[in-house]
Amino acid sequence: MTAATAETTQKTSTKSPIDYPLSDLKLDAKIPSGPLDQKWEKYKFDTKLVNPANKRKYTVLVVGSGLAGASAASTLAELGYNVHCFCFQDSPRRAHSIAAQGGINAAKNYQNDGDSVFRLFYDTIKGGDFRAREANVYRLALNSRNIIDQCVAQGVPFAREYGGQLANRSFGGAQVSRTFYARGQTGQQLLLGAYSSLSRMIEANKVKMHTRTEMLDVVLVDGHAKGIVTRDLVSGAVESWAGDAVLLCTGGYGNVFYLSTNAQGCNVTATYRAYKRGAAFSNPCYTQIHPTCIPVHGDQQSKLTLMSESLRNDGRIWVPKKSDDCAKPPDQIPEDARDYYLERRYPSYGNLCPRDIASRAAKVVCDEGRGVGPVVGGVRLGVYLDFKKSIADKGKADIEGKYGNLFDMYAKITAEDPYKSPMRIYPAVHYTMGGLWVDYNLQTNIPGLFCLGEANFSDHGANRLGASALMQGLCDGYFVIPYTIGGYLAGQTGGAVTAEHGAFKETESDVNGRVKRLLAVKGKRSPRSFHKALGKIMWDRCGMGRTASGLVQAISDIRALRGEFWDNVQVTGTGDTFNVALEMAGRVADFLEFGEMMCLDALHRNESCGGHFREEYQTEEGEALRNDDDYAYAAGWLYRGDDKLPALAKEPLAFENIKLSQRSYK
Amino acid sequence: MPADGANTHGKLLTLTLQVWRQRDSKSEGKFETYQAKGISPDQSFLEMLDVVNEDLIAKGLEPIAFDHDCREGICGACSLMINGEAHGPDRGTTTCQLHMRHFSDGDDVVIEPWRAAAFPVIRDLVVDRTAFDRIIQAGGYVSINAGGAPDGNTLPISKKEADLSMDAASCIGCGACVAACPNASAMLFVGAKASQLRHLPQGQPEQHKRALNMLNRADKEGFGSCRNHFECEAACPKEIPRRVMAEGYRDYVVATLTRDD
Repeated sequence: MTAATAETTQKTSTKSPIDYPLSDLKLDAKIPSGPLDQKWEKYKFDTKLVNPANKRKYTVLVVGSGLAGASAASTLAELGYNVHCFCFQDSPRRAHSIAAQGGINAAKNYQNDGDSVFRLFYDTIKGGDFRAREANVYRLALNSRNIIDQCVAQGVPFAREYGGQLANRSFGGAQVSRTFYARGQTGQQLLLGAYSSLSRMIEANKVKMHTRTEMLDVVLVDGHAKGIVTRDLVSGAVESWAGDAVLLCTGGYGNVFYLSTNAQGCNVTATYRAYKRGAAFSNPCYTQIHPTCIPVHGDQQSKLTLMSESLRNDGRIWVPKKSDDCAKPPDQIPEDARDYYLERRYPSYGNLCPRDIASRAAKVVCDEGRGVGPVVGGVRLGVYLDFKKSIADKGKADIEGKYGNLFDMYAKITAEDPYKSPMRIYPAVHYTMGGLWVDYNLQTNIPGLFCLGEANFSDHGANRLGASALMQGLCDGYFVIPYTIGGYLAGQTGGAVTAEHGAFKETESDVNGRVKRLLAVKGKRSPRSFHKALGKIMWDRCGMGRTASGLVQAISDIRALRGEFWDNVQVTGTGDTFNVALEMAGRVADFLEFGEMMCLDALHRNESCGGHFREEYQTEEGEALRNDDDYAYAAGWLYRGDDKLPALAKEPLAFENIKLSQRSYK
Repeated sequence: MPADGANTHGKLLTLTLQVWRQRDSKSEGKFETYQAKGISPDQSFLEMLDVVNEDLIAKGLEPIAFDHDCREGICGACSLMINGEAHGPDRGTTTCQLHMRHFSDGDDVVIEPWRAAAFPVIRDLVVDRTAFDRIIQAGGYVSINAGGAPDGNTLPISKKEADLSMDAASCIGCGACVAACPNASAMLFVGAKASQLRHLPQGQPEQHKRALNMLNRADKEGFGSCRNHFECEAACPKEIPRRVMAEGYRDYVVATLTRDD
């Protein structure tokens, strides 16, 4: 039974100020039996295979061409499947994975410093504040080693030591050095590696690439995902594509906040449309606010720029002890008047504590009036990231070699020289841990619909550790889906459904209807202005600190804004041309619905965990206070209609290999 | 993270823009004049265009189409010819990272798309750069499948070679090199990929054939030949050095002489 037909009970929750129904759909993770370290091997042997000669009879549709999408598309093509790959950008090489700076984790233990598969697994579960699924995370840690080998073989120019060996650096939430990197452009180099493999398969006619093509719906036939409907962003043509399985590799939804470190085009449309067709959307409230971004400078700003977490290896974070000093230039604040608050509060991890903790600590000092930099909106929202000591200890050349491009980027944006004065940083929305619910196969609750990379929910719990996103995207694409998809396809007849099926015409008609509706409003207000207004609601009420009353208010504000959108949005131009206003309006329309679900999820989770900080639930020291008795589950929200609240299904999370504990980085 | 009040470190600017508008690849294009008002020096060039577009939409007019995505200088999507310079006046900088502090109040700014036969205009300032993808498809890779790769430390690679490879690998595929070149040559782009892989042992088995195939594809796509103007190097936002072109040509020549494929 798929979620689309799932019965929901009338039982309502008791703890949320807004009543949502509970679903009786069982979210079965299909975790293989046996000891943790043998599950994946056992799975690979037990799962069904598709004979090499038969693979060419199957067509797989891959949506998105980032690390997850490009690696999945190329690898499935190498195996012999026919693949169509879709991206909204003009080239698959531009997917937003390209912007990841710092690195990729792998349990290689090249540094002989005590790393292991189990330690990477442990760090990831703990870093995720015990809200991720053990079996998936263990598999991720296990495959992490193969990813590095694969990328080296592709010609990814990882940083090397003088002896020719691969270099490592440290990232937050770990006490070992396991992060591989290519200057500050690791995501770019890994993506270009995956893109090169994809290009090779395009040349071999095993992948048909569709650029400037946006997926606007999933097509279900007898409860199985059998295709998608897209809009050609150049011609405006709405088209159907049939396949035997659909892979959504469409990234995260951080742009619901308007300002984030995401690319302008990043959106929730693909996964949200899948949700509206019955896929469970899991933990949408788990968002990551990255601690080291360049602060906001003004109200025309369109995006926030990340400064890699790797900078925390050599930079020290501080603010003045007294708010009176905040307006002074940093070089006039003596050492004993500075508060190195991360080193003070978390002596064992110091500046390398996990992202959620570092971000909240920055918010606390700025809320106390000890922030630095220009006054924006009445407050100074910034803390110093200071390299003076590292430059003195190691020399400018060493620092330049490691972070040169990041320092240059900072100087370009701010017109300040970080070699001379400390950087100013502040947290910004960066990554979303929530996403479509998937089982161990990376399959959603809709058979044939798979979800990979940031777009799914499975591996990072309530907080993602640095250098783990690249690892997950590539793990899913190179080393997981090639096995798990066979288990599904072996039970299907390749090419059984074509785009002539009536379900495609119906879905096309829905998509055309939405496009027409957007163009028909002809109001006064631009799509961007609605997006900005939504972003402000989300950041104020569902950002770094959340309260029940604030979230209730946010839901009401979002509904009002959505009402105004459909009365007053101005979408210029027509549907049959290259129309940037129409593209943006469609994405904003989905964010305006999705934002409400995020707030509902945040409201229902009466605990604090990782990136989800409910101010009512904190320890005396201001740390996140989890409630494992009531909330040790993955939430899966199921669509019931535009005028109804979604229903909640739960996947209980069992911790059999790591003891649940209060996180401590002290 | 919306902020309430603007914070600007200088006087707000007013600029007169001459922008290329073209409905689609088949239509004739022309310049239109727009005023950009109230521009903060801290805004990026694309944020300045956002302001102009918001004004156009408020008047019920279609916004100016331009390619952009990451807005942090790495995706390679943005692609504007600003006063005759690819990515504008600031060296080693993409359009999205060009800030308005490089302009003065009252400036005239001419904004055009990349001009090259191999990059046809799609709309306004948006061009079709899929020819670059087809060059990579012709050979810009190491021919290996996923799985079965040896341990990453099996082959030591000297730091010097790894750094030379990385210098070339930082190409973002924006096409500024082509736009800046009087011959619309793609040699810096081709050379960057050839150089990245020839400096690594993993790329060396296909080193010569790769350069041959990519250059032949570039010819077929309608890019011109390199005539050593080096405008490409000056325009490249990632400052890819000209030596990559010599390396690419060397491999091409070896391939044509030895026919080792």
